[in-house]
Order: sequence, then C-alpha cells, then structure tokens
Amino acid sequence: MVIKTLRKGQGGELFTNRRIVDKVIAKGQTIVYDNPPHIIGRMSVVGQKEGKGPVGKYFHRVLSDDKMGEKTFENAEIKMLTTAIEGALSSAKLRARDVDLIISGDLLNQVTTSNYVARDLGVPYLGIYAACSTMTEALNLASTMISAGHFDNVLCSTASHFATAERTYRYPLEYGCQRPPYAQWTVTGAACTALSSKGDGPKITMGTIGRVVDFGTTDLNNMGAAMAPAAMDSMVALFRESGMTPSDFDLIITGDLGKLGSDILRDLMQEQGYYLGQRYIDCGNMMYDVNQHCYQGGSGAACSATVFNSYVLDKMIDGTYNRVAYFATGALMSTQSCYQGETIPCISHAVVIER
Amino acid sequence: MDKSKRNQRYEDYVSSVTPKTGTLHSLFNAFWIGGLTCALAQGVGDIYYALFPHLGKDLIVNYTSMTIIAIAILFTGFGFFDVIARKGGAGSFLPITGFANAMASASMEFKTEGLIMGTSVKMFSVVGPVVVNGVVWSAVAGIIHWLIAGGA
Repeated sequence: MVIKTLRKGQGGELFTNRRIVDKVIAKGQTIVYDNPPHIIGRMSVVGQKEGKGPVGKYFHRVLSDDKMGEKTFENAEIKMLTTAIEGALSSAKLRARDVDLIISGDLLNQVTTSNYVARDLGVPYLGIYAACSTMTEALNLASTMISAGHFDNVLCSTASHFATAERTYRYPLEYGCQRPPYAQWTVTGAACTALSSKGDGPKITMGTIGRVVDFGTTDLNNMGAAMAPAAMDSMVALFRESGMTPSDFDLIITGDLGKLGSDILRDLMQEQGYYLGQRYIDCGNMMYDVNQHCYQGGSGAACSATVFNSYVLDKMIDGTYNRVAYFATGALMSTQSCYQGETIPCISHAVVIER
Repeated sequence: MDKSKRNQRYEDYVSSVTPKTGTLHSLFNAFWIGGLTCALAQGVGDIYYALFPHLGKDLIVNYTSMTIIAIAILFTGFGFFDVIARKGGAGSFLPITGFANAMASASMEFKTEGLIMGTSVKMFSVVGPVVVNGVVWSAVAGIIHWLIAGGA
C-alpha cells in the first residue's frame, strides 16, 4: 500500500514498512508498524447537543438524556463508555473474553471512568491519561503491541462528559458565569475502537509519539492557542520523518483545537513550510453548529475520538479517503498547576490510517 | 531562537488573532439585565411597603433581599439562571442574585457526594473568596473608621 520515495536523506529507496522500521525508530518520533493492526470494530456515543451538530448524523448513538437515567453524571459517563465498548465489541463480532487488552483513558481525576468500566469488563486493562489526546496515545500503544505480536485483539477507548469535566476543571454547572469568545465546550461522548492483528478494516500504518510542547500560554480558556504548537511539532515530525507532505494525505484531522486553534495551526504550519489547505479539518471545529453557542467548538477526549470512529472511518470504508493522519491534541495542565502560575504544557500524538 | 523570545512572539501573535469580548455589547446587556433586576427588587419592596406599612423601612429592605435571593435560587434550580448570566455578565453577577446563584449552584452540584462531605463542604467553594474578603475588608474599614473618628 505505502509506496513512496523517501526524501531528506533517508536513502531514496522505496518506502516499505519493512525497510523503514529500524531507521525511523532509531531516529525520531515516528514508528512504522511492521504488522499494521486493522480496525475491525468501532462505536461512538454522544450527548444530545453533539447529536444536533453538523456531524451528528454519523454518530452510532445519540443519547436523549445526558444523565442516561443514572443518579450522577459520573455514573452516566461510565455507562456511556461501557455502551461504546460493548458496541465496538459487537461490531467487531468479538466477545469480552476474546479481548487481550483494553487501553482506556478519560479526563477525570485518577482516570476514574475508565477504571470503573474496566472493573466490570474483566479484561486486562491499561489506564492512561493524555487529556484530549488519549485516543491516539491508546491507538499507538495498541498498535505497537499488536505489531510486535504480543496481543491479537485490543480495545482503545475514551470518554468525556461536559458535566463531569466542568466540575473537575471549572465551576458548578448552574453557576452563572460568562465565557470568553475563545472558550471551548467539552464534548459529551464516548468512543471505542477495536484493533486486531487480523481482519480487513483500515490499517494503522504509522504513529508519531508527541513531545510535550509549551509555548507559554497561561489562559485556561484559550486551549486552542495552547495546543496548536504541540500539533505543529508532531505534524512536522511526521512529515519530516516519513518523507511525506500534506498532499500525500487525503485528510488530516486534529483533535480539539477549535476554530481559533486550527487557524493558528494553519499559520504555524505555513511558517514551517507546509500548506495544509482544504484537506485539513479539526474535530472540535466541526462538532457544533455556530447557533449552538459553543464559541470556538468542541474539546475533550471524546471530541476527536467520536468523530474519528464515526465520520472519518465511515468515509475511509466507503472509499472517500485512503490515507488519513489523525493528530489528537491534549493539554496536560491541572487546575492546581494553573493557579500556581504554571503555563500549559501540551502534547499531540498521531496515527496514520490507510485503507 | 531562545525560548522566552519564541514564547513572547507566539503570545503577541495569539493575542492579535484571538477574538475579544465586545465591550459595548457586554456593557449594554449588563446594564439592562442588572437594571431590570434592581427595578424588580424595587417593585417587590414597594408592594411590601404598600401591604405592610407598619414593618418599617429596614425590615422591608431585608424582606425584599430575601425575596430576590429566593427567586435567584429558584432560577438556579430550574436551570435558567446560567442562561441569563451568560448574557447579563456583571449585570446578574453583581446584585445579590449572583451570590445566591453561586451558593445554590455549588450546593446542587456537590449533592452527589452527600449532605456533609458534598453540599456542606463545597457550598462555599465559589463564594468563599467573597465571604472572606467581605469580612476582612469590612474589619479593615472598621479599624480605619475607629482610628479617624474614634470609638463613636
């Protein structure tokens, strides 16, 4: 599938998975998966508000009640993630006991949601925290393990909920405060991707592990501006190390930079000599309609994960896109670190998916 | 390029592209929503005065405040105070309604952790600074008054 002449002093030989592996792993942040895992199942669940957005019709399930009949929003988030995992299992035609590992993360303290979901699943579990870039971190970890032959079926999942994230990071829900026009709105949703060493779904062929990048942004509301440099860093790393350019991809998506952040990223990439153009979209930017008053768009771990597992993979399977680069971006601050005057460190991990 | 220079350059760039809150627009909304709240309170006070003239001005003022607080808490509970506040800004925050909303929203939010560890502990999580500063600065004002005017 990947046949491409290498550039920038990487020998100029044909780009095949086998040959590039040792070079790239030794040199940079990009891994080329030897035995690329296939995406064999997926499910996305979103809240009511997200269901009314521009990509609403692509999601597998839209909740009518953001509390899902539970007593607390935390329990609703757990139930939502469980629904996504069960949906991915059934779409992959797997049972829980066929799963070798589940890698999951969310935005709450001590990744509570994922821990409680894993408790009821009875499957070996790795809980990870990478803020809103959780999905690509999970996909990279899973791909590495599958590619190395340690596991056959691995689930990657993440969830976020507007109500629980507000409580963790901001104010009580009903507290009347104004948000600046550059704020973003945490997506209520959960998504799960089932990866397998066998199957015929889209493959994860490459991954770029991000570096923590901090350009000194301190405004907790301006997440797009804080995260854009991290996305740029990983994008430049992927392009440079793989020898590809933006035009080699049918679609480049970022996680939750929002409208402002994605405009900033375009500028930053232009400065680095890459023109992103029409093929670049941001999941946060497309999550909500302008009339839904979500300022710069969606954010949260589920933002890119739900769009990726619904719209993007739908379009890959029907043949619209053949090669997609998916950069999820995460801000790694805590409320304490920000009140202590620290700047916001950010990260972006990427995966390349090919049909 | 060294880091602080790069960050400074980025910060300048970001502030040049970040949309600002429209001052005139916000002022206008705060003015009419805040004004409406105060007019409503005045109306309530006038009605109380007409119905119970024997209570005296001080008591009427207290009852009026209590009524407005109750309305604000009801609005918070029904879930539309935050909608008004998003538009009103300081207009809904500055009157006593803002304080009531902050307490009520926090106690509602943390009810899930129980009445003691949730509501009671977290009730002042938003208004704490207001209470603390209110007490501290009125004490300071009292001392200054005492120094200037004496014990009178």
